[in-house]
Amino acid sequence: MPNPVKTAADLKIGEKGVICGFTDEETSLKLLEMGCLPGCEILLDRKAPFGDPICIKVCGYTLSMRLTEASTILLS
Amino acid sequence: MNQVKRIKVALIGNPNAGKSSLFNYLTGLNQKIGNFPGVTVDKKTGTCYLNANTQADIIDLPGTYSIYPRSLDEQVVFDYLTDTLRNERPDFLVVIIDASNFKRNLLLFTQVKDLGFPVILALNMLDVAERGGITFDISALHRELNVPIVEINARTGKGLDSLKAALICPVHVIPDSFYKSSEVAGPLVKQIRERFHISSDYMALLLAHLHKKTTILTDIERKEISDLVEKYHFQSNSLQYRETLSRYEDIHTIIHKVMNEDKMQSKVRWTNKIDKLVTHKIWGYLIFFIVLFLIFQSIFAWSELPMSLIEDAFGWLKGLINSNMSAGYLRDFINEGIISGLQGVFIFIPQITFLFAFIAVLEESGYMSRVMFIMDKIMRKFGLSGRSVVPLISGVACAVPAIMATRSIETWKERLITIMVTPLMSCSARIPVFTVLIGLMIPSKPVLGIFNLQGIALMGFYLLGFIMAIFSAWLLNSFMSGKGKSYFIMEFPTYKWPRFKNVSTAIIEKVRTFTFEAGKIILAISIVLWVLATAGPSNAIERAETSVKEQLKQGAITAETYNNRMASARLEASYAGHFGKFIEPVINPLGFDWKIGIALITSFAAREVFVGTMATIYSVGNTDNEISVRETMKNQVDENGNQYYTLARSGSLLLFYLFALQCMSTVAVVYKETKSWKWPLIQFTYMAFLAYGSSLLFFYFFR
Repeated sequence: MPNPVKTAADLKIGEKGVICGFTDEETSLKLLEMGCLPGCEILLDRKAPFGDPICIKVCGYTLSMRLTEASTILLS
Repeated sequence: MNQVKRIKVALIGNPNAGKSSLFNYLTGLNQKIGNFPGVTVDKKTGTCYLNANTQADIIDLPGTYSIYPRSLDEQVVFDYLTDTLRNERPDFLVVIIDASNFKRNLLLFTQVKDLGFPVILALNMLDVAERGGITFDISALHRELNVPIVEINARTGKGLDSLKAALICPVHVIPDSFYKSSEVAGPLVKQIRERFHISSDYMALLLAHLHKKTTILTDIERKEISDLVEKYHFQSNSLQYRETLSRYEDIHTIIHKVMNEDKMQSKVRWTNKIDKLVTHKIWGYLIFFIVLFLIFQSIFAWSELPMSLIEDAFGWLKGLINSNMSAGYLRDFINEGIISGLQGVFIFIPQITFLFAFIAVLEESGYMSRVMFIMDKIMRKFGLSGRSVVPLISGVACAVPAIMATRSIETWKERLITIMVTPLMSCSARIPVFTVLIGLMIPSKPVLGIFNLQGIALMGFYLLGFIMAIFSAWLLNSFMSGKGKSYFIMEFPTYKWPRFKNVSTAIIEKVRTFTFEAGKIILAISIVLWVLATAGPSNAIERAETSVKEQLKQGAITAETYNNRMASARLEASYAGHFGKFIEPVINPLGFDWKIGIALITSFAAREVFVGTMATIYSVGNTDNEISVRETMKNQVDENGNQYYTLARSGSLLLFYLFALQCMSTVAVVYKETKSWKWPLIQFTYMAFLAYGSSLLFFYFFR
């Protein structure tokens, strides 16, 4: 693999990924509660006009977050 | 008639799960907003008859995703639940679940159930779920969860009777829990349970996690738990992480047995289409701009008629009192002190109604989340958040409800900056001041056929207020240390048609908040000011009166102007007049004399009294008419016979009113929301500095 650490912030619009972990403990607690669980598939739905924040589809609903938060979600 | 039984019911659920709709259906207009003891955040309560002899007190808790609070709104839920340890418990907790988002909604349910409350599950939005291809086996769900389950539709009111029926039957609480707290922190949980006489393991675990955030514990008790937590090496974060994972594992098992998902995405498509448009880099902002324009239009144009009706009504009331009471101090006090004060409160209700009608519709429909989404990056550059958009827009009507609306901002620093800069947005109390002063400064002439120069100037001053708010945010942001993380993890709700009932209750709630929070201060201050303006040291007022009578006798003034002259002479001799003269040296560099000084002092409580004060100072007969006040001010001359209200002087005064924090209600609400005098003090000083500085510069350069 060329880039072993891929995060949700690296996704392109329409691209999918599977959550495998988090880099920030505090943010991960909130993300878990919102249904972003390890093993869950997420899809990058859209980006705001300046590329940040972003919207992902998870658990059948749409969740928006900033890139800094998305970059704490590790994808496999 | 037999005795009516009262029970307590609390509604709890995720944001957008339909909690408020259900609350409005159950209680209608039997709602009141009160404060939690010790906490300043509002809770909503209402009453509802379940049957002829059972009445329920219903408490509507703010929406939350989890029991672990991440924002002030969510803290209310946690506080309410832990408060049951010390005070009375609710007889029922109704957990409202959005069936179309079942998995995530169930997390909160499992937490609440583990606390050992009698729980009823209200399954909402089954129709939405069905359209998304999701169906449920309710009897299987009942077997899995072991609690009464009621299918409801909070938008149509379907299932309400079943819910009421369920609330009458007693619920047997099964002491089984989803998450076994004693297995992860057995000794700690046991000790806390015994020490505080807690019946559920999970409540004890929550106290261990959140003892620093609880309001029910004393400092000593907090220290006790702190010591225990340290003794057992309790790792709060990693335990929370594992807890949520474990709960979702349980939820997965349950979902497999009770839910059937047929993948088809019909509804999502049109939500997607709207989203594509409203978050587009050009159309998105254009649509938002049009919405803003409509809001402004409503505040300025559509409110005019109801406002003038309110004015007329008060005029009629004053007339009634004038003709039915004998002249004297009491009549003046009632008319000028109390009724005028009340008018000062009521006159803003139309504008506040329009503004919050718009905001409620935008929030209900789901559009507001999209606005926050497209504005976040821009706002963040200035230390604000996408969520600051709502407070800033609300600030155009009144800063008091606007500052209360900052509670949804999860990051303390972003919330604080929003609170600090919101009063710089020009609120509706500044409108009468602007009307008078812009009329003095700028000639009314058409521009490009359809616009008016005065109208453009008015827009300009609104813009200036907004720019200063943004600039101040940037300034504060660069001074404050950036401790703590910022959060913007926000659900995009699906679009819904706003319900009239929800919008109207939201409006009533805001208007009520304004009338009571801001209104009581405006009323109180206007009474105090009336006293200050009618009473004077020793016999100063009598002397002033004698001198005016003397002038009348000598023919220096005519009988027509006698009353007005008398009023201004009295004001000059009053305490307010003395204060005005006292501060004259300070305000002289801004181009203000003691007369303007009186207006500044009286407007300290609320800006809108400026017009009335000016009317009294310059002996304008009709105190409520802005145009006649403006004309009188225009005719004032200085000692050389030149016009007194020059461009420099009116502009300087206008800038002062634009930037100064002349609003006691705002100071009070900032104190309540930040829980310290530090921030309102900094805010007041900063805005005073801004006002004084800009007025000074303007007067100096344009003189």
